[in-house]
Amino acid sequence: MTPALADAYSLAPVITACGFGILIIVGDAFLPRGGKSLLARIGVVGALASLAAVTLASRHTDDAYSGLIRTDAFSLFLESLIFVITVLVMLGSYDYLVREGLPLGEYHALLLFAASGMAVMASANELLTAFVGLEISSIASYVLAGYRRTASKSNESALKYFLLGSFATAFFLYGAAMVYGATGTTRLDVLREMFVAGRAPGPLMLLGCAMILVGLGFKAAVAPFQVWTPDVYEGAPTPVTALFASGPKAAAFALLVRILVTGFGAANATWFWAIWVSAVLTMFIGNLAALTQNNVKRMLAYSSIAHAGYLLVALAARSEIGIAALLYYLVVYALVTLGAFTIITHLGEPGERRLEIDAYAGLGTRQPFTAFCMTIFLLSLLGLPITAGFLGKFYIFDSALKAQLPGLAVMLAMNSVIGAYYYLRLVRVMYFTEPEQEWTPEPVTAGVGAVMFLTAVAALGFGLFPGPLMTFATISAQSFR
Amino acid sequence: MIPTSHYLILSLLLFTIGVIGVVTRRNVVIILMSIELILNAVNINLVAFSRHLGSIDGQAFAIFIITDAAAEAAVGLGIIIAYFRNRQTLLADEMDLLRW
Repeated sequence: MTPALADAYSLAPVITACGFGILIIVGDAFLPRGGKSLLARIGVVGALASLAAVTLASRHTDDAYSGLIRTDAFSLFLESLIFVITVLVMLGSYDYLVREGLPLGEYHALLLFAASGMAVMASANELLTAFVGLEISSIASYVLAGYRRTASKSNESALKYFLLGSFATAFFLYGAAMVYGATGTTRLDVLREMFVAGRAPGPLMLLGCAMILVGLGFKAAVAPFQVWTPDVYEGAPTPVTALFASGPKAAAFALLVRILVTGFGAANATWFWAIWVSAVLTMFIGNLAALTQNNVKRMLAYSSIAHAGYLLVALAARSEIGIAALLYYLVVYALVTLGAFTIITHLGEPGERRLEIDAYAGLGTRQPFTAFCMTIFLLSLLGLPITAGFLGKFYIFDSALKAQLPGLAVMLAMNSVIGAYYYLRLVRVMYFTEPEQEWTPEPVTAGVGAVMFLTAVAALGFGLFPGPLMTFATISAQSFR
Repeated sequence: MIPTSHYLILSLLLFTIGVIGVVTRRNVVIILMSIELILNAVNINLVAFSRHLGSIDGQAFAIFIITDAAAEAAVGLGIIIAYFRNRQTLLADEMDLLRW
């Protein structure tokens, strides 16, 4: 195989996603007004093709493009997750887009572009490449947040996301420039060799690392950079919120792990306390603020902040089992949250009016299947045994204890208990409260039903049979050796 | 020859002005301009380091940032126009439909 082709193999998922995205944009210009639903189908096919292309990438697990891109088990794991998320988001949003009268073409193209950016983030081995991936996914996300162009809330969500997002990117860049100035390289594996060779991080280096952490902390929505999250999640179209809570978060954590463990792994004393403090703050702020929310989207936004805190606990453990636990939890959390947001999309009614917790009263008798799936998702987020969320929390708890961090482990357990209050509140409203006004939920359509079914199966399946996923996660965690 | 530290101080000043602008100004267009200022501070940094270290990587990085700033400005201004059409205002403290 020629080197150029071998390099292209490792980027196959990214190239496929971008290719289909461009195809959709071009197709949009030529298709008649009534034939746009074809674009949505091309979108789903494109996301599935990108997922299939991950297996192509797996044939060439090595450095590519002179070390800018690294394809290993870790990047394959996250790319698979990202494209699964993309497929599910697309399936769950078709009916929403039709109901709200939003254009289909651009939406699916933007989703594919965002996914390709996230895939670059998952396999970047160098700070410039990481930045390019970050921006491809972010810029597409800004547009998606404002996709309901005529709705003020959606505008506001996009504007807030854009201003704070580009501010954070600027911090990331300033940090990357510092690291470059201190070491003369932006490649993470070269940085690692420097630290292993015994070089101590100087002040310029520390400042650079801190600013990179600020930038990524924003993207991953961890405290104290989480203020934008509830506003953006509430105002964005619900299927887009489903994407934000799963895809970009997974990609941001991938980059965080890659930079901290590969780049600064041998100097982990420099970032350990920052992650420790951030983990504690994130867990408590997320869970405590979620207690008082009445809007379901806002409540799940705070819940997503809390879960980012649990993921940071796994990162603070600084061990292979910690990273494996982080990856396992990331999959479970992303799929379950996506399922929950899909149900919110489905019940939203035109104009997204049905979003209050009280509006879910009586769902248990009116649409038992939907209520049942929602209950599984909420219980999994809560971490009840037999759901995948329980095992995920258990693995993180275990890794924290093995890393001699009993404080973090105890706070993780405490936060799970706080979380129980607001998750169970929604379950109680669905089953045991009668609505003030009679309402009939719209029938579940094929796309929404498929997403609900698949994510619910995942929430239970990974809980009862964690073996295969955990094995894959463990192999992925070993790619940092 | 001007020493590298001069460029770094200039860059730090621009960065500080940019951050202060983002935090204190109310008009979103000016906030956007402040963010561009920070990006240019980064560019000065990178090019100065590139000359100091005698490696070309920093300049390549700067070109990527310039390109990205253009893309970001295009999308950002589009979002700002959409917002202005609905709300007839550009003041950040009037963005209160969603609790900030």
